[in-house]
Amino acid sequence: MALSTAEPLVICHLYPLEMNIYGDHGNVQVLVRRCELRGIPVRVEAYHPRAAFPARVDLLVGGGGQDSGQVRVKDDLPRVAGQLRELVASGVPALVVCGTYQLFGKRFITVAGEDIEGIGVFDLHTVGGAERMIGNIAIETSKFGTVIGYENHSGATLLGVGAQPFGTVTSGMGNNGDDGTEGVFSHNAIGTYLHGPLLPKNPRVADFLIAAALARRSNALGDGPGELAQELAPLDELDALAERARAVALTRPR
Amino acid sequence: MANPFIIALGKGIRALARLRGSGAGGGSALPGLVVERLSPQFATRILERLPHGVVLVSGTNGKTTTTKAVAELLASQGMRVFTNNTGSNFMRGVISALLARVTLLGRLDADIAVLELDEAHAVRFVQAIRPRYALLLNVMRDQLDRYGEIDRTAQFLATVAEGTEGCVVANREDRRIAALCSRGSLRASLRWFGLAPDLRARFPQDDDLWVEGRHEVPASAEAQPDADVVLCEAEGSRVALLVAGEEGRLHADLALKGLYNAYNAAAALAVARAVIEGEGLGPPCTRELMRALQEVRSAFGRGEAVCVDGHSVELLLVKNPGGFRLALDSFDAAGHLTMIAINDNTADGHDMSWLYDVSFVGLRATGVAMVSGVRGFDMALRLAYDGVPVEAVECGLRSALDAFLALPSELPRRIYCTYTAMLELRRLMAGKTPIEKVS
Repeated sequence: MALSTAEPLVICHLYPLEMNIYGDHGNVQVLVRRCELRGIPVRVEAYHPRAAFPARVDLLVGGGGQDSGQVRVKDDLPRVAGQLRELVASGVPALVVCGTYQLFGKRFITVAGEDIEGIGVFDLHTVGGAERMIGNIAIETSKFGTVIGYENHSGATLLGVGAQPFGTVTSGMGNNGDDGTEGVFSHNAIGTYLHGPLLPKNPRVADFLIAAALARRSNALGDGPGELAQELAPLDELDALAERARAVALTRPR
Repeated sequence: MANPFIIALGKGIRALARLRGSGAGGGSALPGLVVERLSPQFATRILERLPHGVVLVSGTNGKTTTTKAVAELLASQGMRVFTNNTGSNFMRGVISALLARVTLLGRLDADIAVLELDEAHAVRFVQAIRPRYALLLNVMRDQLDRYGEIDRTAQFLATVAEGTEGCVVANREDRRIAALCSRGSLRASLRWFGLAPDLRARFPQDDDLWVEGRHEVPASAEAQPDADVVLCEAEGSRVALLVAGEEGRLHADLALKGLYNAYNAAAALAVARAVIEGEGLGPPCTRELMRALQEVRSAFGRGEAVCVDGHSVELLLVKNPGGFRLALDSFDAAGHLTMIAINDNTADGHDMSWLYDVSFVGLRATGVAMVSGVRGFDMALRLAYDGVPVEAVECGLRSALDAFLALPSELPRRIYCTYTAMLELRRLMAGKTPIEKVS
């Protein structure tokens, strides 16, 4: 695919110091590498609390944190909430996992009863519980087929009436262990409890994010509707390994 | 008094378990588990009679090797030391080790116990028996699928420190350990072991793991407390230590390999000094301790080298990102054939996300000759994303080991492996060559 500009794709990594507990850096690394291997110029910009928000963002990534990290993040998020909502509403692809997923919802009620306001990118809310939901998880999605990961969370997330889940749980707990939903999908943004990290073993999700970022940018440049994933060059060697790793993961006990 | 029937039963189970698990290390916790159920006070009754009490070693990485070093340092001073030397660091592992050593009447022929305990089990331990000494090594992300959070692990160690009677010896450079020891909540005295400033950058803290490559350590703004032992040089096996009250740097040529073991050795020396002083055994003869420190060899599966099929094979246990990073940083890949074996059993951790907190770029030049273990393909995929060439992936450990040994190369072999992969590889190698048994 001819890139209309030599400007690199900008991946904004939200709160990498606070929200990195489950190998979340791996998601960023997979996106970068899959761009580089295809000759797509790419740059990562970290966003830290109280820092200036990057002027241009093509893709958003956020991870999971410990309670202490999450406290620092929830205090900072309102500063940039408007920008984040606008980016997602305008079609900027996003992958937010675990703690960032929760804070992207409308509210989070902790086990202690504290009511934390989220930034409302997603129509959902989360209630902290005493039990952790931990283990291998597989979900079925309409867009990406089977998605595989590992979940480790104590919050139970409930989607709003109109919200679309990322997928349906086939093995594991998902959003809350009750309604069979996992994650949320809105515009081009994915919120999910799946880490592992998610993208290495789910390259179709990674390529969706990259393709959506490229498409949105060529749109913005007036090149007409961007062409999506089929235009990305295949990465056979990586994806053959991912296929084998997926096959093993599906056989492992919870 | 401990019940002789329970002791006899425990010893019997232990003998059977050892017969069945003909390789070393197999089944070491089973007798302890049975006895713990039947007689929860078993260990307490025996250990509280020790004249010099208990030294408890805990933290994420380095417990087994450091425990072994402390035990050997104290033994070099004429103390009779009881220790759980199998790396089985739950309460049941301590009991299994006790069963091997006590008489049927529950007598333990020892002056002091040096015990390695997993962080959560260390909490249970101090609730039953107050240790006189505790060594707190580090807090890194490890087995989050079991404990959930690092901050929770730090809280476990805080409870251990607060339950210690005599002296807590703690890692000055670990931010979480330093914080929990500095709250003013200890009844014990406090001593530190530490690193010279130029070595600190080589020991990433948990919070720095996401940063690619080596991290920059901000010039220490606040003054650090003085440490009893400071590691100031580590070049190969040669180390130099600054020890409180000793003039100049003390040099040693360690049998232990790897940068992280040099720091573990410094920790062990600090504890041994604290025990000798605390127990009124006279001023510690540091030079004598240094000589003993040089002789300490690596523990079971933690860098021991064995000769198999005419090749030197080194097994390096890697359990979490911090340990894996330090191991990769400590051992030059050049001049070795490398194999990595990753399992995901409960003792290894079910969650593979930790592999993404390790940077493998240091293996790019040499590549990895063999990747194995249940999660071999997860590892191979991880290496591919770091641009590390992989020659072969064979998930079965037996066929992988055979193929790895059969490679047409004279180079020594090095295997990075998770806990259960290490046990299995050791068992397989024991079938090929005599390997020293651990009790």
